[in-house]
Amino acid sequence: MTGTTDTRAAAAALALGDDALVLSHRLGEWAGSAPVLEEEVALANIALDLLGQARVLLSLVGDEDELAYLREERAFRNSQLVEQPNGDFAHTIARQLYFSTYQRLLYGQLASGDGPFAGLAAKAVKEVAYHQDHAEHWTLRLGDGTAESHQRMQRACDALWRYTGELFQPVDGLDLDLPGLETAWLDSVTAVLGRATLTVPSGPRTGAWSAGAGRQGLHTESFGRMLAEMQHLHRSHPGATW
Amino acid sequence: MTAVTAGTAGTTGAPGVSDTAAAAEQAAYEAVFDAAVAADERIEPRDWMPEAYRASLVRQIAQHAHSEIIGMQPEANWITRAPSLRRKAILMAKVQDEAGHGLYLYSAAETLGTSRDELLDKLHSGRQKYSSIFNYPTLTWADVGAIGWLVDGAAITNQVPLCRCSYGPYARAMVRVCKEESFHQRQGYEALLALSNGTEAQHAMAQDAVDRWWWPSLMMFGPPDDESTHTAQAMAWKIKRHSNDELRQRFVDIAVPQAEALGLTLPDPDIRWNEERGHYDFGPIDWAEFWDVLKGNGPCNDQRLSKRRQAHEDGAWVREAAAAYAEKHTGKHGEAQA
Repeated sequence: MTGTTDTRAAAAALALGDDALVLSHRLGEWAGSAPVLEEEVALANIALDLLGQARVLLSLVGDEDELAYLREERAFRNSQLVEQPNGDFAHTIARQLYFSTYQRLLYGQLASGDGPFAGLAAKAVKEVAYHQDHAEHWTLRLGDGTAESHQRMQRACDALWRYTGELFQPVDGLDLDLPGLETAWLDSVTAVLGRATLTVPSGPRTGAWSAGAGRQGLHTESFGRMLAEMQHLHRSHPGATW
Repeated sequence: MTAVTAGTAGTTGAPGVSDTAAAAEQAAYEAVFDAAVAADERIEPRDWMPEAYRASLVRQIAQHAHSEIIGMQPEANWITRAPSLRRKAILMAKVQDEAGHGLYLYSAAETLGTSRDELLDKLHSGRQKYSSIFNYPTLTWADVGAIGWLVDGAAITNQVPLCRCSYGPYARAMVRVCKEESFHQRQGYEALLALSNGTEAQHAMAQDAVDRWWWPSLMMFGPPDDESTHTAQAMAWKIKRHSNDELRQRFVDIAVPQAEALGLTLPDPDIRWNEERGHYDFGPIDWAEFWDVLKGNGPCNDQRLSKRRQAHEDGAWVREAAAAYAEKHTGKHGEAQA
């Protein structure tokens, strides 16, 4: 590989790795507070899959702990969607639905190519298929459950909708069929929301601040607080091994 | 044991059968049960069993299940602050295992005719207990290591003999639980070892955690044998195989050399090898503290139970949605078939 290819691959690994790292952290925040014991197991399972992906991807770029614990907020390349706070269970599920649908399609494309991520994507796509299945089942239950759950799920889908456009912005280092990815994503999400008796949100999917912003290191306010918590102990003991 | 099944044992005979006949039938069931226990056979859910045996098992299994789910809290407290990605993955997997253990154990209790909802309700209303150890706070990262090494170590000492418990579903659940607990204990020991061999600040953090967790861990085996209300009957039924004091001694004998290997001290000046007994002697336990925490006055009793109740209440609409969805869709399925 040439130097330029290395740099481009590293940029892509950072974007994909940060998505997985940050979403894993958010899901980890649920531990001990899930609505039912089975979901303690399921959410932890998804969080662990994502953390595993993050560790492989970040290790392609450098030392996984230095990257996770010693970068400033503006150096993270995750999409804004994954850093959004957990909210109620409906918000967590809407975030999972939007992200896992994207990640499955993305890894599907990468797995069928011959780029540097084909092997990793082929393995991860199997895990992500379960994440998507989990999100779809809960979208159906909440959308088509009680009046309250329907209202909460609709609110969550609406609130997170504006972070979904960013997922289809070009990522440096990844050769993707972005229009194809976006069409397939919209088709899949529209079908699930329809089956769940939910309305596809009508608002814009990007805005002045969210059009590819996370990938450029521009994040939302809650992200800084999340990093403060995540990085505090590691940063308090410079050079220590754990 | 399958000689007498619950299908016949619950009745006292047809109308008109005398009390004497019913009593004779009862005595016959008891004799079969007693013989099975004496022969180290397993009692299975469909077998006849004395009501007191059933109640004692429900109490013990429920308390164990509740301990698993309340026990998630002190460790989950550190998931978002774990100092390396490797430690974070290990800790998340451990807390997930505890949820899984809760599931097996509630299922084991269900085989005795008690639903998970019923047991959770008793936990939330304070009518059933969980292990008092979880009423202590996790103040530093080293507490995660100390819990793994000492608390899980004590739990394993307690639980390995339960794999031979006379009640089949509980014994089988414990086989799985113990396998995972031994992984938890090793990761805790290894995390403490890394701290003990680390910087001065890390070593001090490890020592402080061990100083705080040692005595509460010894209390996990329950009151001394002469004050334990349940031990004698539980041992006669082979639910329990060893007394509290025997298990506590076994734990001390294992932990003392491990502490030396870790390069950490235990906060008890009376610990020394007793050649004559073939065991380590140790100092007196502050039972006043044990009873006080048990009564609800520990540092985190309110916090742990409030958090559990809050999670349950916050999740009510989710569980209702899942039930409503299931009902609608099995309904539709039913109509389609009709």
